[in-house]
Amino acid sequence: MNWLAWKMLTGDRAKYFGIVFGVAFGSLLIAQQSSIFVGLMRRTSSQILDVTEADVWVMDQRQQNVDEIRPMPDNRLYQVRGVEGVAWAVRLYKGLVRIRTDDGQFRQAILVGVDDSTFVGAPRQMKQGEHADLRRPDGIVVDEAGYRVLFPGQPVELGRTLDMNDRRAVVVGICDVTPPFQTFPVIYTRYSQATQFIPRERNTLSFILAKAEPGVDKDELSARIRHQTSLQAMSWDDFFWFNIRYYLENTGIPVNFGITVTLGFIVGAAIAGQTFYLFTLENLKQFGSLKAMGVDNLRLVGMILFQAMAVGLMGFGIGIGMAAGFFEAMEISGQADLRGMFVPWQVIAMTAAAVGMIVVVASLLSLRRVLVLEPAVVFK
Amino acid sequence: MSALDQPATASNVVTGSAVVCRGVTKEFGSGDSVVRALRGIDVDVEFGELTLLVGPSGCGKTTLISIIAGLLDPTEGEVEMLGQDRRNLTGRKLVQFRAENIGFVFQQYNLLPSLTAAENVAVPLLVRGQERLPSIQKAVEMLDAVGLGDRANSMPSQLSGGQQQRVAIARSLVNQPRLLVCDEPTAALDAKSGRNVMGLLRDVALSSNRAVIVVTHDNRVYDFGDRIVSMSDGRVECVEERPSNPHS
Ligand SMILES: Nc1ncnc2c1ncn2[C@@H]1O[C@H](COP(=O)(O)OP(=O)(O)OP(=O)(O)O)[C@@H](O)[C@H]1O
Ligand SMILES: [Mg+2]
Repeated sequence: MNWLAWKMLTGDRAKYFGIVFGVAFGSLLIAQQSSIFVGLMRRTSSQILDVTEADVWVMDQRQQNVDEIRPMPDNRLYQVRGVEGVAWAVRLYKGLVRIRTDDGQFRQAILVGVDDSTFVGAPRQMKQGEHADLRRPDGIVVDEAGYRVLFPGQPVELGRTLDMNDRRAVVVGICDVTPPFQTFPVIYTRYSQATQFIPRERNTLSFILAKAEPGVDKDELSARIRHQTSLQAMSWDDFFWFNIRYYLENTGIPVNFGITVTLGFIVGAAIAGQTFYLFTLENLKQFGSLKAMGVDNLRLVGMILFQAMAVGLMGFGIGIGMAAGFFEAMEISGQADLRGMFVPWQVIAMTAAAVGMIVVVASLLSLRRVLVLEPAVVFK
Repeated sequence: MSALDQPATASNVVTGSAVVCRGVTKEFGSGDSVVRALRGIDVDVEFGELTLLVGPSGCGKTTLISIIAGLLDPTEGEVEMLGQDRRNLTGRKLVQFRAENIGFVFQQYNLLPSLTAAENVAVPLLVRGQERLPSIQKAVEMLDAVGLGDRANSMPSQLSGGQQQRVAIARSLVNQPRLLVCDEPTAALDAKSGRNVMGLLRDVALSSNRAVIVVTHDNRVYDFGDRIVSMSDGRVECVEERPSNPHS
C-alpha cells in the first residue's frame, strides 16, 4: 500500500515538487534564521567560551554581562585567593580600546589582558607565534579576522605595529577566536601590559578567574566566594547563560528572529500544508474508489501519513541541507558577519519538530475529509 | 480458457440469485428536507445474466446499485448479497466482503492517473495484500483478456476513453468477483466503443457465471441486457426478460 501511496504522491510531478518545496523552504527559513540567532547569542558570550581553564568567574556585584565592565580594586584578587577550595585565582582584563594603525586610521578593538605568568585566558588556537611571545615588551596577539580589519589587504605576518593610547604595540602572535558579537578585532596581551594600553583608571580588574581544588564542586565554590567576598561569582557555564539571558532580555534580537522564524513556519505551513491538503482533496475520488475496492479507513490513514512523512522527510532534508550549505558557503567566502556559525543539532531538532507539526496538521485536515468520505461517492 | 472465465472457487459457489432486494427504501436527509430516493424496491439479480437498470435521471438507479454493491445502507428492507444477509455485514466485514466479491466499473473510469494500465488493474490485488510483481503479472493477463495486452505499460492519459473503460473492467475482474456493478459505463464513450464495452461485460457475465448489473441511460445498448429493470421515481416500473437475446 505504501507503494501505491508513493505512486499517488509522485504521480503529479509539479504538485509533488510544490509540496516538497514548501516544506524545504519552510525548513530552510526556520533552520537558517534560528541558527543565525543561536550563533549571535553564542557570540555575545564568545569571550566566556574562549576561556576554558577556569571553573569560576568572579566579578563586581552589579555586573550584568561580559561587556559592560565594572572594574574591581586589585585587592579583591587576594580575597578570592583566600577562599577555601580555590586552587588558584588570576586576573583578567577586558575592555574596549581605540587603536591607531600605521596608516592613521582609528579602530575599536576588544583588549584582553591575561595573567602575566600563567597566561590563563590567552587564546587556545595560535596560528602564528606562541603564548610565551606575550612576554616580549609591548607584545600583542591579534585574532586573524581582526588582523585583516586592522591591516586590510596585507599579508598576515608578525612584527607589524600599531598604537594604543599613544603606546606602540607589536604583533607577536596571530590566533583564532570565537567571533565576538561586535565584529571588533580581539587583542590579547599581558595584564600588566594591558593597563598601559588604556587611559589611567582607578581600578582595572575586570574579572577574577578561579580554579576549584580537585573534588570541590564549582557551584559550591561560587557560592562560597559570593559569601566571603560579596562579589558576584558563578561557574563558567552559568556565566555563559547569565550573559545570554541578559542579551535575550535587553535587546531586540530575539523578537526580530522570533518573527522571521515564525514567518518561516507560517510560510512553510501555508505552502506545504495547503498544497498537501489540496492534493488530498483532488485525490478524494481516488481514495473513494480505493474505499469501494475494500481499503479500510485505517489503511487510508496509513497511506496519507506515509505520504505526509515522505514529503516531510524530503523537504526537511533539503531545507536543512540548504541551511548547512549556506553557512558552509559563507565560511568559504570569508563572510565575517556569519563566521563560525553553523546549524546546531538543537536547531535541527526544532526544525524537525516544526516540519512534523506542519505535515501532521496538513494530513489531519485531509484525513478528516477522507475518513468521512462515503465510498458511494465513486458513482457520483 | 481465458482469464475472463475463471471458475468460481468452491467457497464462492452460491445457488439461487446473486442479489435479492425486498422492500428496499432509501431516504437521504431528515425532516422537511428528506429525499426518498428508493420507495420499496423488489428486484432479483441472477447469475449468468447481464441485468440492465434503466430509467430517467434522478429515479434512484445509482442509489440502488450502491446498496446492491454494499456501498450504502438501505433505510428499510432486506438485501441478500451472494447468499449473505446484508444486515450481518458491517464495518470491516463489509469492507472485506466488497474487496473479495464485488467489482466496480464507473462512468469516469476512476483510474489512478499515476499508475500504468497494468498497475491500475493490479490495485484490487494489492488492496488484498498480494505481492506487487505477481499481481502485475496477473493484471497483464487480465488486460490481454480485454484486448489490451499491448497497452499494459501505457498511462491512462495515453489511452482512449473506450480503452480506459476496458482497463477499468479488467481491474474490476482481476479479483474474480462474483458480482460486477457498473454505473453508466458507456456514458462517456462513442457508440462503437460503448457497444464494444457492453459486449465485453456481457461475455463476462455469460462465460463465467457471474452476475453483472449495469446502470445505463443509453438505449443504444439495451439489446445487450438479459433482463431490463426499468425504474421510475424510486420504484421498479417493470422488468423485461429477454431469454432470446440476439447477442447470446
Ligand atoms: N447523498 C445524497 N444525499 C441526498 N440526496 C441524494 C443523495 N444521493 C442521491 N440523492 C437523491 O436521490 C435521488 C436519486 O438519486 P440517484 O443518484 O440514485 O439517481 P440516478 O437515477 O442515478 O440519476 P442519474 O441518472 O442522474 O445518475 C435524487 O433525487 C438525488 O438527488
Ligand atoms: Mg446515477
